[in-house]
Formats: sequence, C-alpha cells, structure tokens
Amino acid sequence: MNTMREVFARTVTEAMETDPRVVVVLAEISRDVFPTTDRVINVGIREQAMVGVGAGLALSGLRPVVHSYAPFLVERPFEQIKLDFGHQDVGGVLVSVGASYDDPGWGRTHQAPGDVALIDTLPGWTVHVPGHPDEVGPLLRTALAGDDRVYLRLSLRTNSRAYPVTEGFTVVRRGRSGVVVAVGPVLDRVLEATADTDVTVLYAATVRPFDAEGLRRAVHAADHADVLLVEPYLEGTSTRLVTEALADLPARVRSLGVQREAELRAYGTAEDHDAAHDLDALGVAAAVRRMFGHGGQA
Amino acid sequence: MTVTREMGFADIPELYGRMTGDEKHEWAAASTLPVLWVLYDRVLDVAPDRVDDPARDRFLLSKGHGPMAYYAVLAAKGFLDPSLLDTWTAWDSPLGLHPDRVLVPGVEIGSGSLGHGLPIAVGTALGLGLQGGEQRVVVLVGDGELDEGSNHEAIALAGRLGLERLTVVVVDNASGTHGWPGGVAARFAVEGWEATTVDGRDQDALHEALLTPHVGTPLAVVAEVR
Repeated sequence: MNTMREVFARTVTEAMETDPRVVVVLAEISRDVFPTTDRVINVGIREQAMVGVGAGLALSGLRPVVHSYAPFLVERPFEQIKLDFGHQDVGGVLVSVGASYDDPGWGRTHQAPGDVALIDTLPGWTVHVPGHPDEVGPLLRTALAGDDRVYLRLSLRTNSRAYPVTEGFTVVRRGRSGVVVAVGPVLDRVLEATADTDVTVLYAATVRPFDAEGLRRAVHAADHADVLLVEPYLEGTSTRLVTEALADLPARVRSLGVQREAELRAYGTAEDHDAAHDLDALGVAAAVRRMFGHGGQA
Repeated sequence: MTVTREMGFADIPELYGRMTGDEKHEWAAASTLPVLWVLYDRVLDVAPDRVDDPARDRFLLSKGHGPMAYYAVLAAKGFLDPSLLDTWTAWDSPLGLHPDRVLVPGVEIGSGSLGHGLPIAVGTALGLGLQGGEQRVVVLVGDGELDEGSNHEAIALAGRLGLERLTVVVVDNASGTHGWPGGVAARFAVEGWEATTVDGRDQDALHEALLTPHVGTPLAVVAEVR
C-alpha cells in the first residue's frame, strides 16, 4: 500500500499536468518524490521563505502547495502562515508529514502534536486529518481545485480501511449510550476499544469546519449526551467545538489526545507513544469504560 | 474619485499633513518618501484603474511602519481619494498605522511585522515568471528590518535563482542597533545580486539606480538616508 505521502506526491504531480495554477514549494524535505520542473520550487532549508514564497505565488494568481515536516511547516514559520496567507487573505494548501510522533526516534524536535491547535487559532482554515492513504486523493483534489486555505495533516498511522470522503462526520457504528468521535488514524483503535460498548462512533477526516450538526444528530439519537472525543494530536483541540455544539444540553464531554502536561522524553515506537498518552486501544477502552460503563456513570 | 488635476511632489506636504496635522517638517523627514515618489512617478507600471490588472508591476512595502509617505504618494497618484487621508487611523478608515492590502486599493501586501515582504516578493516574482509575464516586482525594506533572518533566507534564494524581475530597495537610515559592517549592499552582492548604493534623497540618482542593468540577477538599491 502507498503511504499518504506517496499518494500526496502522485496526486499533486497529476494535478500539475492539467492545472497550470498548481505549484509546489518545498524546503528539501520530500524533494525526491516530486518531478524536476520549474513548478516544484525547493527553497533549501529555509522554512520562513518557503511559506512566504508560497504566499507570493498565491498573490501572483497560482495555487501553492507548501510542504514539509509538521514542526517545520507549522511551528517554525507560524507567523508567516498567520500573516502571509491569512492577513494577506490569499489561499494555499499546506501539507505536513510526521504528525504527532510518526518517527519518535527523532525526539521532540520532530513532533508536532500542537499543529492543529495552532492552525485553529487562525480564521478561515480547513483542516483535513485523513485516516487512510485512499482518503488523501479526494481531499487533496478538492483542495487543489479551490482557492481557500487548507491544512492537510498526513501521517504514517493509518486505519485498516478508508471511508468515503464527505464534508461532515461519518457514522461508523450506532449505539444508545453516547457518542465517540474518532479523528483520522485513531479510528481503528476506537472501534476496538468500543467493540463491546453500545455507543455511536463518528469518524472525521475533516475537523475544520467541525460538523457540529452531525454531532448533534448523533447525540440526540443516543440516550445520553455523553461525548468522548479522540484526536491524534493535542488533547482537547476540538473540545470547545464539541461543547459549543451541545451548549443547550446537559452534556458530559471528555477528550483524549496527546497529553499536554509534560514533554515525554522517550523514543521507542509510535505505538509506545500511543500507550503513554492513553491513545492505544487499551487506553481508549479505559476511557470508554469510565464514561459509558455501568449505565453511563463515571 | 474626486481628483480633478494631476498632483505632483509639491502636493505631498499638504497630503501628509492631512494625516499628521503637520505640513512643515514631518514629511521632509520621511526616509521612504523620495524613493516612493520616484517609483510611482517614474518607474512602476501601475495605475489606479489597473489595480487588478495581472500585467501591472508589483510594489510591496515591507517596511509598513510609518506609512504616511506611502499613503500620500498613493493619494497624489490617484489610488486614494485625498479626503480618506483625513480619516487616518479612525475606526472605519482603510488607512491604519500599517497598510492593509485588503482595505487599500493599490496596496499589494499588508505589512507591519518586519521581514515578510521580501520572501513574499520572491514568490510573487517566481509566480509571475511561471505565468510568462514581464512585470517587475519591487520591494522596499529598511536597514533595521534586515535584522530579521527571513530576509537573509530570501536574499540567498533570490540570488541563487537569478530573479531578474526582482528589485529590493533598502532604505538605509542606519537605524539598526548592530549595523552592517562593510555596508548593506555587500550582503546582496555576495549572494550574486547586482547591488548599488545611492543618496536616498536624490531622486535622479534613485531613478538611475532603479534602472541599473542587471541580467540574470536581482537588483538591490541601497538608498542611504542620513
């Protein structure tokens, strides 16, 4: 199976053949997966320039795809994202790889669990968190054809199957005790953790805009307004949107994600990190039991 | 548009004064005014009725702080109704202490945070080139602004890519705390730019410098204002 990055490169390369607006800006990373053409611009290890150049290309009328490893795309040049795209009011497609801890042996410098939360401080961004390589193509083709601001967060972590790409959340399983929202590649773990629990499972490959209406529908169909949010990045990133969606209900909301309290100075595997953050099936199952077990009492 | 006659440089003090309340001194001290005037009067292929024309030249004011000279020039050249200058910094005015491209016709970028305009200009120059245009891209930065490392990413990149359509004007009023030993122009020259230094208050010298031949390289004009 192709990785998300491979699908990304292939989809963009194909789009460049038919859409003269599409242009790629890189900072060395992934230079080998794109063709050599004047529309693939490798600026060297210069991430501020990478984002600024992308915005300048957009100002000239093109559709820039700006790509690097997540911390170097979102965190290091964050003010360029805020000002050069947002304040200038131009569009672009930012595509990251590495996610929260895809390569944990590299340590904290190559981990960006806060990327979605950071983007979320800025107005007007669509955020896609695909959970399978087959979801990348449709999400990306739509993004390339538009003129808005899109953040596409790619990962080596994937679910066992893809779901059709829709604008809102997908109902994967229906139940009575409450709702679990699984974002991107955590879905398999959520399904395993909820196998014996009578809950609705919603799947989101797009978290901004947040499908508040889809969540409300699922909650109203359940017996309890209990929602467990499971995100593969910083815990609680979307909690405010869950609580806003359920503002007129006496709802219980709990969030799982990459924990905030301390920097985890450990290497090992991505699965080790899942376990440390209660994001493996065992950790999610424990949270599911606390929230939905014994008649829904915590 | 209520402009009934073509305005000239002699109108700048009054236009400037509509913002600051002072026609006598402040405009003359504005370090960016001479080069802004030369650009809009003699160099740039821009016009108020062509602000969305893809074929127009692009001028990016990266040093957005103290934009009164810029607004005054835009008003003198018909991009802004001069009466808008009276609204400067009011709640619903398009004219703030930093320019905003979304609010002001003819303004190509919003600026204020230093070090953003030059990388954006590199991208704009690349994009116009990919689309086969002949436009020039001119970006104005300050010598203090050059402290921001993002500029040096862009200077090296533009030099290596040989972005001929790109011109940087550095208004050098020696405002940087740590300075540039050997001169600002040397920073560009070593990266392969054509670089020239002129008296930033001499409009003819500025004009000549902005027309400096440069084949296969970007151009840096250091306008010294002391």
